[in-house]
Amino acid sequence: MSRVDQAEAAVKFMEDHVHEERLDKILWTARMRRDQAALQVPEWEELRDLASQIKEHTLSNLAHYLEEFEKNAKANGVTVHWARDAHEHNEVVYRLLSEKRVTTLVKSKSMLTEECETRPFLETRGIRVTETDLGERIQQLDDQPPSHITGPAIHKTTEDVADLFSRVYGSDKTKADAVYLANVMRENTRPEFLKAGAGMTGGNFLVASTGAVVTVTNEGNADLSGNVPLLRICSVGIEKIIPADEHLAVFIRLLTRSATGEKITQFTSTFRKPRKDGEMHIILVDNGRSARLGMERFWPSLKCIRCAACMNTCPVYRRSGGLSYGSNYMGPIGIILMPTFDAHKYSELPFSSTLNGSCTNVCPVKIDIHEQIYAWREVMEDKDQIKIVKKEAMIVAGKVLSSPQLYQIATSSTETALKILPHFAIYNPLNYWGKHRDVPQAAEETFHEWYKNHRLKANEVLGL
Amino acid sequence: MEVALMIPCYIDTFYPQVGIATLELLERLNVSVTYPAEQTCCGQPMANSGCYNEARGTEENFVRIFGDFEYIVTPSGSCTHHIRNKFTAVADSPARQRVQNRTYDLVEFLHDILNIRDFPWATFEKKVALHTSCSAIRGLNMASMSERVHDVKFSKPKKLLEGVPGLQFVEFERFDECCGFGGTFSVTEEAVAAKMGYDKIGFMTKAGPDVIVSSDMSCLMHLQGCARRLNQDRPFLHIAEILNGVTL
Repeated sequence: MSRVDQAEAAVKFMEDHVHEERLDKILWTARMRRDQAALQVPEWEELRDLASQIKEHTLSNLAHYLEEFEKNAKANGVTVHWARDAHEHNEVVYRLLSEKRVTTLVKSKSMLTEECETRPFLETRGIRVTETDLGERIQQLDDQPPSHITGPAIHKTTEDVADLFSRVYGSDKTKADAVYLANVMRENTRPEFLKAGAGMTGGNFLVASTGAVVTVTNEGNADLSGNVPLLRICSVGIEKIIPADEHLAVFIRLLTRSATGEKITQFTSTFRKPRKDGEMHIILVDNGRSARLGMERFWPSLKCIRCAACMNTCPVYRRSGGLSYGSNYMGPIGIILMPTFDAHKYSELPFSSTLNGSCTNVCPVKIDIHEQIYAWREVMEDKDQIKIVKKEAMIVAGKVLSSPQLYQIATSSTETALKILPHFAIYNPLNYWGKHRDVPQAAEETFHEWYKNHRLKANEVLGL
Repeated sequence: MEVALMIPCYIDTFYPQVGIATLELLERLNVSVTYPAEQTCCGQPMANSGCYNEARGTEENFVRIFGDFEYIVTPSGSCTHHIRNKFTAVADSPARQRVQNRTYDLVEFLHDILNIRDFPWATFEKKVALHTSCSAIRGLNMASMSERVHDVKFSKPKKLLEGVPGLQFVEFERFDECCGFGGTFSVTEEAVAAKMGYDKIGFMTKAGPDVIVSSDMSCLMHLQGCARRLNQDRPFLHIAEILNGVTL
C-alpha cells in the first residue's frame, strides 16, 4: 500500500482558493461558537475532566461493561453480535440482510461503517445502499469518502452541491441555495425509507446499565433509518460504551457544544428495543480497538467521542481539507488513529501538523492529541518509516549540530562553500521555503563571530 | 547572578542582532552572562522530525556545554520548550535534569526570575502587533490560551512590553492561531505553512501595526518571509530588541 501524501493533496485542495478559504471560515466559526458555548458553562473544565475519567474508567473495565451491555440488550429483545474486524462485521450485516432477503438498505451516518468499508462490501453483493444523512449522501453521490466526521461534505460549496444534484437528480443547477437543495435531497430520500427492507445506524454511545444505543443527530435520519424498516442493524465500536445514564449526561453536554457550539442536537435518541414485529441487532465491533487499548502511549485515543472539535480548530486541516488525509479519520484525531491501522500507509500523517496544541485543548475528553502526534513521529523513526530524503538530511544535520567544530565551519560567514543553513533549512532544498516566502538572508557576521570579535578580543585587550 | 546565554542556531546565523540585544539587555540588568562558545543547537530540528536518534548527539553536546550553569537563558520559547519538555533523545541523568530545570525563555527569565516590569530606557512610540508562539503559549504557559475560555487571561510577553514607554498594542483576529512555521513542517508542507502565514499577516495588517513583534524569531522568520513576498516592508522585531531599546 503506498504512502498517503497529505501535503501534496493539500496543495490540490488549495489550488482554486475558493474551497480552502470557505472551509477555513466555516470551521473557524464553529470553533468560535464552541468557545462561546464553553464560556456559558462555568464547570466546563470540570466536565472535561469528568468525561475523561469516565472514559478512562470504562476503557479500563471494558470487558465488564461490554458483557453487562450484552446481557441488558438481550433482555430487551435485541440480538447482540461481536465482530473481531471489519470483515466479520460486514459478513454479519450481509448475513442478516440475506436471511430476510433484503436488497435495499437505508443508512444513517456512521464513521464505523466507513472504517469497515461496509457500503462497497454490500453493494458488490447486490444490496442497494442509500445514505440518508445529507452530507454523507452528497459524498455517496459524488463517489467520495467523508471529509469531516460530523460534516462529511463540509469541503464542498453550495455551488458544488447544486451542480452535483442537477447531474444526479435533475434539479436546478443555478439554485445554489441550501434550503432548496435540502428539499431536493428530502424528496429523493424519503421514498427510500419507505421502500427499504432494513435500516442501519451507528451509535454515539452504548449505555451498559440499560443496553441502549444512543444516537445524536440533527436531521432525524437516524430515527427514520432505525424505526421505519422492520429490520434494524446498529454497528458500534466497543469503545463507545459508558456505564450508565448519568454518565451520558456529561457527554451530551460536551459533545454538541464542542462540535458546533449548539447546546444540543435536534435529536438525541435512545434505542432500546426492536420496534413492534421487527428485529433489532447490535454489532459490537473491535477492528483494532482492543489492540490499541494495549498500546501504552496511544490508548487514550479510544476516549474520542467524534465531535470533530480538533478538526475545526486545526489550522492545517482547515487549509488542507479532510480528503487530503486519504483516510477514514482525518485531522488531528485521524493522525493519531490511522497509523494504528497501517503504519506504513499513514506514516507521513504525523508530520501534517505544526504541533501547535490547540486540538488537545479543545478536546472534550482531554486526549493529549498533539503529544501523541509527536510520539507517532518517534514511532515512525523506530519503524524505519521516515522518508529517505528527510532521514538523510537529518543524519547530516545531526552530525553537524552535535559537533561544535563542524557547526562553526557550517555557519561561519566566511565559509560560503560549506555553508549549511541551520534548522528547517538543513532538511531542504531551500527552494521549498522560497516558493511562497522570501528566504532569510544570512548575516554578514554570525552572533558567534560577533561575540568573538567584540567581546573576547576586547577582553583580551583589557587583559580580562 | 551567573547566566549562560544560549543562542539558537537560526538566530546565530540569520539574526545575530537578536542575540546581541539579549546579551546587552541581560547585562543592563546586572546579570553576569557567559556565552559558551561550543554550543550548537538544542536538537529540536531532528527530534521534531521524529529522528530522535539523530538528535541524541546534539542534545548530549547541549548537556555537556550547559550542565553546570545556574541558569540557561535563550531568546526562544521553541528551544526552551524542547529542552524543558522534549529532551529525551539524550539519556536521563542528573545533568540532563539540571539543564531541563534551569533553562528559561528570555521572557520567562525577565518576568518570573528577575521580576522586571519596567524598561524606562526602551521608549518605543509605535503600534505593535504581538505574536506569541504556540510553544510559548501551550508548551511553556507564557500566556493564557484562547481554547481555555474560563482561565484568567494573561500574557508574560505583553506584560513586559507594557513596561516600555510609548508602546501601544493593536488587537487582531485569531491572535493565538498558529502562524504555520512548525519547524520542518514549514518545508515539508510549505504550501499550507505559507497560507497560514499569509492569513496571519492579513489579520495583523488589518489592525494597522507599525511593527510585528514576537518572542520567537522562528515564527518571525516565517512570517517575515510571507510578508516580504506580499511586498510588505513592515519591520519585524524580536522582543529582546525592543526591551533593549532599539530605535527604528
